[in-house]
Amino acid sequence: MRTKFSPFYLVVLIGILLVAAFLGRGEWSEKKETANKVVVVIPQDPDYLDPHLASAAGTYEIMFNVYEGLLKPTPDGSLLPALAERYTVTEDGLVYTFYLRPGVKFHNGQPVTVADVKYSLERLMGTETGEPLSPFFSKVVAVEAPDERKIILKLKEVDASLLSNLTTAAIVPKGHRELNTRPVGTGPFRFVEYRPGQRIILAKFADYWQAGRPYLDKVEFRIIPDREAALIALKNGTVDIYPRIDVNRTAELGKDFYTLQSMQNLVQVLALNLKREPFTDRRVRRAINHAVNKDELIELAAFGFGTKLGSGFSPAMAYYHEPGLENMYPTDLAKAREFLAEAGYPDGFRTVLTVPSNYPFHVDTAQIIVEQLKKVGIEAEIELVEWAVWLQRVYHGRDYAMTITGLSGKLDPLPVLIRYTSDYANNFFNYQNPEFDQLYRLAAAESDPEKRAALYKKAQRVLAEDAAAVFLMDPHYIVALRKELAGYQMYPIYIQDLSTVYWTNNNPR
Amino acid sequence: MELGKMIKRKISFHLLTGGLIVGFFLLMLIVSFFYTPFPVNEMHSSERFLPPGRAYLLGTDNFGRDILSRIMKGTQTAFFVGTLAVCLGLVTGAGLGAASGYFGGWVDRLIGQLTATIQAFPGVLFALMIVAVCGPGAVNTILALSITAIPGFTRITRSGFLQFKECSFVEAAKTIGVGPLRIMLRHILPQILPELLVAASTGFSSALLAEAGLSYLGLGVQPPEPSWGRMLNEAQGYLFRAPWYSLAPGLVLILAVLGFNLLSDGIRDLLDPNAEEG
Repeated sequence: MRTKFSPFYLVVLIGILLVAAFLGRGEWSEKKETANKVVVVIPQDPDYLDPHLASAAGTYEIMFNVYEGLLKPTPDGSLLPALAERYTVTEDGLVYTFYLRPGVKFHNGQPVTVADVKYSLERLMGTETGEPLSPFFSKVVAVEAPDERKIILKLKEVDASLLSNLTTAAIVPKGHRELNTRPVGTGPFRFVEYRPGQRIILAKFADYWQAGRPYLDKVEFRIIPDREAALIALKNGTVDIYPRIDVNRTAELGKDFYTLQSMQNLVQVLALNLKREPFTDRRVRRAINHAVNKDELIELAAFGFGTKLGSGFSPAMAYYHEPGLENMYPTDLAKAREFLAEAGYPDGFRTVLTVPSNYPFHVDTAQIIVEQLKKVGIEAEIELVEWAVWLQRVYHGRDYAMTITGLSGKLDPLPVLIRYTSDYANNFFNYQNPEFDQLYRLAAAESDPEKRAALYKKAQRVLAEDAAAVFLMDPHYIVALRKELAGYQMYPIYIQDLSTVYWTNNNPR
Repeated sequence: MELGKMIKRKISFHLLTGGLIVGFFLLMLIVSFFYTPFPVNEMHSSERFLPPGRAYLLGTDNFGRDILSRIMKGTQTAFFVGTLAVCLGLVTGAGLGAASGYFGGWVDRLIGQLTATIQAFPGVLFALMIVAVCGPGAVNTILALSITAIPGFTRITRSGFLQFKECSFVEAAKTIGVGPLRIMLRHILPQILPELLVAASTGFSSALLAEAGLSYLGLGVQPPEPSWGRMLNEAQGYLFRAPWYSLAPGLVLILAVLGFNLLSDGIRDLLDPNAEEG
């Protein structure tokens, strides 16, 4: 039987489409509430709301607004006294004395006392349970609170990373048992609600110790795992801030939005297996460094959103970064060929470039580098492997010729540079240089910040001179915001600080 | 009726269009060995995302590479994988089918179980499995696709052999002492060749699609060598910025699959002795 076409169906169809269109605009599905509110889109749920149990970067990015440590990171990578208003370190670097900031309150109204600080630190160290919740405080032997203002940390050996690790050591009320369901901290926003898979809502903490902040009354973290859906949510106004938007989508944003970019403290590197021919020869490595055009690479792979590197350190950590190394090997094909000829490869050679297939950015980079190396006669064949295979074979097994990866940075330089030390378990570069090892050891034991920075800088220069790898770029991360928003600050670590964000005039909400 | 006239009448619309499209692709394939407008992997950093125009007929991609050149080179990949996969599948499948149909008995049962096992998995899933185990790359893709193509050819050959092995001309050959291999190859196989040809043509178009699918998932041909499926994958991030980038390989793929399906329809009409006349 055939159904006859009837105008009635057409009317119904148009009706459905109209309703759908209105719903899609969000006019019906959601009533606008508080005016002074910002919605930030994030890709995943937090792992734990208890700050001492949480380990995911995606959790820290949210809870940075709720919890604080004795010190706080700042946008330039230095440390700001937070719950401690100042601190002193003894000459030998083994005793730290922190002076508690007076008048700071928890979200539940209690004042912060030295007992809370001692409790929080000892909970992390596992003093009572014997099982540390954090590996960062293994060198601390005792936490003492001799009076109402002072907290003293005693170390068994010098720990250059202690201060930066304290920024993540959240101070919580002593004995508060429900941190995982009712988080209580001292941050600019207090926790209101968490609906798994949907949203986390924070509200302004009126008694925050930094007077005047925050400016917003309410912050919502909307969980949208799909990047396409996140972009649509931003464009239709459901979401106001989209951190880490894909670089190739920024062109579609239009005039209602603006983007901020900053280095993400990541070192994208073309690693050469230093135990495998021909990369054992420094001249070959230098030739490759001269052949790879980093400027073109940044333009083609990152649309210009990247900072050129010269060693294993991103300028995001300005205090420790040795500038100028990025110009040590300017793109010079003649010189590259010269180096290759000297090393006995006048016609280049064939090799394999292993790339993890789940990182399109690295795959793009690989395609560009293959073309660039072709110009000096080096024929590299791309081999795409699964992430698990890459980890097992390349990273742990060190069975590769060339590979591309991104090494994430920390607030502290030691975990960044340890990757190149001879006896480090995951030194997949196979880099071995006693001079570098010596510099690393000296830096790790040095408690004077300036001397330490100088040692780090020297170590970076050693890496660059040895051409330990081709240090490509620090790809910028890009944040898209509604144009009426202001005050957003970028950090060299994976966090969203909403305490300084505010709406300028004509707030669309 | 004269044979020539008969063929002329049976040249259908399908055969003509299919033949033209396939001819076009064959031409592109041959030309691509000698000439592409630009070197396929050459990047022009200042000429990215150019829309189709005079210099770049189909525009440029995210690295400023000429899309037309890459499509042409992609024809090589598609045809290389398609042809080898179908040939391998055809030879193995026909061999198995012939043995199965001619000898019957336990040989038939064994081969029947074997093909049934392969057929129990959806084609692309089976190919995915093989590539996942053996690793990505052109050779493994060919292997995977040819294995999935085997059961179809086996079935056709087997039924043909079952049908013809009882025929009087086969019996006659047997009585004068012709060996089984010669009977199979010289007497029965030619009878079912047309059907196999049709199946091969259809099989080729599904192999093209499957290859594109695997490459789209990053399991087929490895970059920077161009493949239509891979181009689709790379283009999807720029769907709004450079729609022509995804349109070009998509349309080419549709056209190729359409062409081979029409051609197989046409061949079937042409060779089927039972087809209606007029």
